[in-house]
Amino acid sequence: MEMLVAFIIGVLTTCGVFLVLRGRTFPVVVGLTLLGYAVNLFIFASGGLVLDGAAVLKQGLEIPDPLPQALVLTAIVIGFAMIAFAVILAMRARADLGNDHVDGQLPEPPKNPRRTVVGKL
Amino acid sequence: MNHLPALPILLPMLAGVLLLLPPLTTTLDRQRLGSLILAGVNVLVAILLLVQSNEGGFHLYALGDWQPPFGIVLLLDRLSALLVFVTAVLLFAALLYASAGEDRTGPYFYPLMMFQVMGINGAFLTGDLFNLFVFFEILLIASYSLLIHGGGKHKTQASVHYVLLNLVGSSVFLFGIAILYGAVGSLNMADMALRIRELEGTNLRLAEVGGMLLMVVFGLKAAMLPLQFWLPRTYTVAVGPVAALFAIMTKIGVYSMIRVHGMLFGDDAGELAGMILPWLWALGLLTLIIGAIGAISSPSLKRTTGHLVIVSVGTLLIALAVNSEQSISAAVYYAVHSTFAAAALFLIADLIAEQRGKTYDRIVRSRALAQPVAIGIAFFIAALSLIGMPPLSGFIGKLMVLASMESTSQMGWGWSVLLLSSLAALVAFSRAGSTLFWRTSGESTDRKPAEPAKFVAIWLLLAAAPLMSLFAGPVVDFSNATALQLFDLSSNPALLLPGSGE
Repeated sequence: MEMLVAFIIGVLTTCGVFLVLRGRTFPVVVGLTLLGYAVNLFIFASGGLVLDGAAVLKQGLEIPDPLPQALVLTAIVIGFAMIAFAVILAMRARADLGNDHVDGQLPEPPKNPRRTVVGKL
Repeated sequence: MNHLPALPILLPMLAGVLLLLPPLTTTLDRQRLGSLILAGVNVLVAILLLVQSNEGGFHLYALGDWQPPFGIVLLLDRLSALLVFVTAVLLFAALLYASAGEDRTGPYFYPLMMFQVMGINGAFLTGDLFNLFVFFEILLIASYSLLIHGGGKHKTQASVHYVLLNLVGSSVFLFGIAILYGAVGSLNMADMALRIRELEGTNLRLAEVGGMLLMVVFGLKAAMLPLQFWLPRTYTVAVGPVAALFAIMTKIGVYSMIRVHGMLFGDDAGELAGMILPWLWALGLLTLIIGAIGAISSPSLKRTTGHLVIVSVGTLLIALAVNSEQSISAAVYYAVHSTFAAAALFLIADLIAEQRGKTYDRIVRSRALAQPVAIGIAFFIAALSLIGMPPLSGFIGKLMVLASMESTSQMGWGWSVLLLSSLAALVAFSRAGSTLFWRTSGESTDRKPAEPAKFVAIWLLLAAAPLMSLFAGPVVDFSNATALQLFDLSSNPALLLPGSGE
């Protein structure tokens, strides 16, 4: 169980980091969403994982730590709002700047790949 | 129960809501008047808190009367009261400046400023790690919206970087908190500090990882070296009053390091004691160097100021790294001074940009300003204060930082880098000032002189420089007492938990 959760969080984080480092806003926003999922799962798991525990309270059953559940709810809500803002901002940037690159301008492709251009900005 | 510590959070929140509702939101004049009155009340509350905290001791406010370590607590001590006061003054000056016309350029300016201050005050007051994250997010989302206030290509572009970077920062923050919670089992800072002392084995290493992740996040907010690239650009594109309020934002990162790392990984934390200090020392010095290089190579006055904010962060970081009562006291004094000076300079740069027309605040030959003398005097004072020339507050602040260094290697590295960065600031300001005010071509433009409200706002912030050096005795006494209290709380966090005797 721990292995599986750890593996999922690891894969999500890896994909998230990879996508965040891309050059265009759409993959970056998707990457942030994946990072958000990873972090939510991670918080959820930080109180320790309990199999077949009580949902709320029940005698004779092990009770999972309730605090991470409260934390993860807060984190989900905040993360959702922030991603929504990032999406709107990305659309605004696309409209204002005319392209969807995070730097606001597309990098110029090298005209002759064999020769490196020096001194040209 | 004394409800005063909750007011700096509740008041801006209610003010923000009120400013969105009909009687106040209908006309711009009502919004201006309403927000200035509310910001004035906020200053009064902050003064009350400052007086209360100066009587000694600290105040714990258990929200909903849920006792710590289970409930969320607000902690009012000297440091948080002082920073809440600085924020309140900054807000008032920024709103006053904005009320002279800047607020026309976009909607919801005043409510957003109020919500931003609510987040800032919350971050200063909270005693709970997760709550700190929540308040960070509140101030961030308000700052995202304030940054694009006024609109335009440059703002959108800078804001994409700023927002994406901070979203990644928030994820890292949550990872850090979750790791610490997994290792320690609590989120109340005092309780965590007590538990970290008894950790061993895997949990000890986990706590170390969590603490380091938090240092990265706070470093991002504070603009510590590898994470400082966002700052000059962000502060350059923001409109004047917003940039002035943002001057406190880097201090939030530094404050969080003092509060969280000082308490959790303080001198008594066993194996993890002071684990970030060597990093802070090295990164602080490098931050100073990169800020100084940036300042002398900046093409515009706002950008110069942005780089000098980085320099002031570097100064604060090395003062934290020395980690003695004297150096923390110096950091407290310097933080207050540099916030006011940088905020004033952002407003002055905004005024200069407005009066020069097309060249804005770029450091090139241009037509003369409409009011070269009035703005020139203000610029001169702000620059002297930020460089650290006597007799203004910057000199005392830097002197205190320099005097707090003890070992030879600290003196060797710290003194030389800090003094060279002051020299760089001097060069940058001489170049900027002489070009902006003297290298003029043609007669003054037909632009109108600035509104008096703008000058009042600037002088309100500038007054801090002579006042803090005129009343240096009481101010330094206060900052010494602040440092003493911080070390007290760090060595005995049980004071912050009930049932241990107040």
